[in-house]
Amino acid sequence: MSREAPCIALVGNPNVGKSTLFNALTGLRQHTGNWAGKTVATAQGRFTHGGVEYRLTDLPGVYSLTAKSPEEKVAWDYIASGQADGVVVVCDATCLERNLILALQVLELTGKVLVCVNLMDEAQRLGLQVDLEGLSRRLGAPVVGVSAGRQQGLEELKDAMARLAGPEEEKAGEPRTPEERARLAERYAAQTVRSRRQDALRRQRKLDRVLASRLTGIPLVLLLLGVVLWLTVAGANLPSRLLSQGFDRLGGVLALWLAGAPAWLSSLLVDGVWRVTAWVVSVMLPPMAIFFPLFTLLEDLGYLPRVAFLMDHAFQKARACGKQALTMAMSLGCNACGVTGCRIIDSPRERLIATLTASLMPCNGKFPTLIALITIFFVGSRGGLTGSLLGAALLLGALLLGAAATLACSRLLSATVLKGTPSSFTLELPPFRKPRIGQVVVRSLLDRTVFVLGRALAVAAPAGLAIWLLANVEAGGASLLDWCTGFLDPFARLFGLDGVILMAFLLGWPANEIVIPVMLMAYLSTGTLVEYGDLAALGELLAGQGWTGLTAVCVTLFALFHWPCSTTCLTIRRETGSWRWTALAVVLPTALGFGLCFLVANVGRLLGL
Amino acid sequence: MDESLSMAALNVGESGYVTQLTAQPAMERRLRDLGLVRGTRVTCLFKSPAGDPCAYLIRGALIALRRADASGVRLERAAPMAL
Repeated sequence: MSREAPCIALVGNPNVGKSTLFNALTGLRQHTGNWAGKTVATAQGRFTHGGVEYRLTDLPGVYSLTAKSPEEKVAWDYIASGQADGVVVVCDATCLERNLILALQVLELTGKVLVCVNLMDEAQRLGLQVDLEGLSRRLGAPVVGVSAGRQQGLEELKDAMARLAGPEEEKAGEPRTPEERARLAERYAAQTVRSRRQDALRRQRKLDRVLASRLTGIPLVLLLLGVVLWLTVAGANLPSRLLSQGFDRLGGVLALWLAGAPAWLSSLLVDGVWRVTAWVVSVMLPPMAIFFPLFTLLEDLGYLPRVAFLMDHAFQKARACGKQALTMAMSLGCNACGVTGCRIIDSPRERLIATLTASLMPCNGKFPTLIALITIFFVGSRGGLTGSLLGAALLLGALLLGAAATLACSRLLSATVLKGTPSSFTLELPPFRKPRIGQVVVRSLLDRTVFVLGRALAVAAPAGLAIWLLANVEAGGASLLDWCTGFLDPFARLFGLDGVILMAFLLGWPANEIVIPVMLMAYLSTGTLVEYGDLAALGELLAGQGWTGLTAVCVTLFALFHWPCSTTCLTIRRETGSWRWTALAVVLPTALGFGLCFLVANVGRLLGL
Repeated sequence: MDESLSMAALNVGESGYVTQLTAQPAMERRLRDLGLVRGTRVTCLFKSPAGDPCAYLIRGALIALRRADASGVRLERAAPMAL
């Protein structure tokens, strides 16, 4: 077939499940979540139905097509240019009235429109019944009801899409004023949506009154985050130990297998490449595999916009956008994702503030470092429940410190290089949805696991190789590593660190996960090996290298605040289009980290700690 | 009851019908996109800890607005809605 496959575009309000529908149709894996603005770029995919291949474009969520915001421009250009053989307007059945406004507007632009009412299952749960035929009659366009999350109604939708992409020409409607559209949507919704049960809606309101209210809102944010962190700290312990023991045994096998090879080669592969990789996988995988699914569950429930709602006042004081709370939450997973997510902020000034402060929230790659430091130096021998609770509380403290730094730096930027007053914005609080537990857990586990393993191999292995070479190649009577750390040492001591620690952070630029293993390799380059899973032995080793409680505090602070990882730097460059803003995004957290460490180290020394 | 008030002045549980939009052009457009045109019913459902922003029910959707933005919307008080 020489003709290009017919192209169908998905358009709709933010957070109506377009990405979920896109994934269900194409089998691709766009990240989805219950909040507005999740999809910030267009995604392309393909699916086959009835022996014909179709191209599917997932446009960013928009409330209208007035081409004012970047998302609207993308959507408007696409639809008005006639690139698509058909447009599917995806609507949220639980909020049909508002969604119909966009549907009516699209119908004024093109006649090739199919209205897909998604989230029928959620509507049913809320006691809402939608008369699809009646709606179709009134709109003068085909209407199909689906529940994309449960894969229901997809066949019928594909049939309708195939008809839509057919050769018949349909005429676009007459243009209307926004008022006319809103009134028409109100009338159609009143005529086609029946509310059968008020109790479900009332339950939503009640939940909001607890989760987002004056009295209980903020304590609940802290409690929920605390519980998630506690499960992460307590749950990661055992799998980490098992993984590390397994890797140790495998390493032994590998060493035996390499027994015939030259000693340097065996040492390079086992002590260098293998050990760093093994550490990264065994120490970072379990916390991530617990934290991510839990966090995604909260996201799926629709909790994140509530957090943004609660935090907005603080951002208002910092003269920033309340949606920055959402990008901060994304940064918690991965700073680079947080930076890309800043596109949901309309005002360029506020978007830059959010971008420049994105790396002040510790990403998942920093968690293992933070957990290890907290466990060794601040929790110590207190095992069991007390230990894990204390560990979680300290980790929560680290996150709150990151949040406080974000607010303070946002305010600082607003007062200096990015002067201005807060611009207006609207934040949609979507209905709470029952999280699709099975799907969330499986997806975030599988997708993340593969990603992490891939990155561990891509970054940790070469880093292990580099550090082994540095430690074993000698020049002028000392190893290259000694030269480097010796050079950095006097400078690092000013900030309560040492040359090895600073070197490890520098080498950890491609990925924060490798900071501690690199540090250990450097310390161990002449000494004996410890089992990585054994944190007590690790503590002894670090104490033997001159670490005190003060060192640990400084390293923790520096782990929280230093230059963004290489991926984040490149993402900031891409998003801002400027090396100067990128440089500021590097300087800001770095200066903060050095400043805090300097303060703590010198006050601590004065106090004789 | 025929009383004019700004949207920011709505207490929790109170409703009104939009009579006039006097926000900045960008905000006015955004509010219109959300279906907030003359005659639209607005209900204040709950407030954040600091009392600003507030969450409003607009055409079946829950939208949070800062006080500065909500004060640009003039309302005519409506009878409270059964929640």
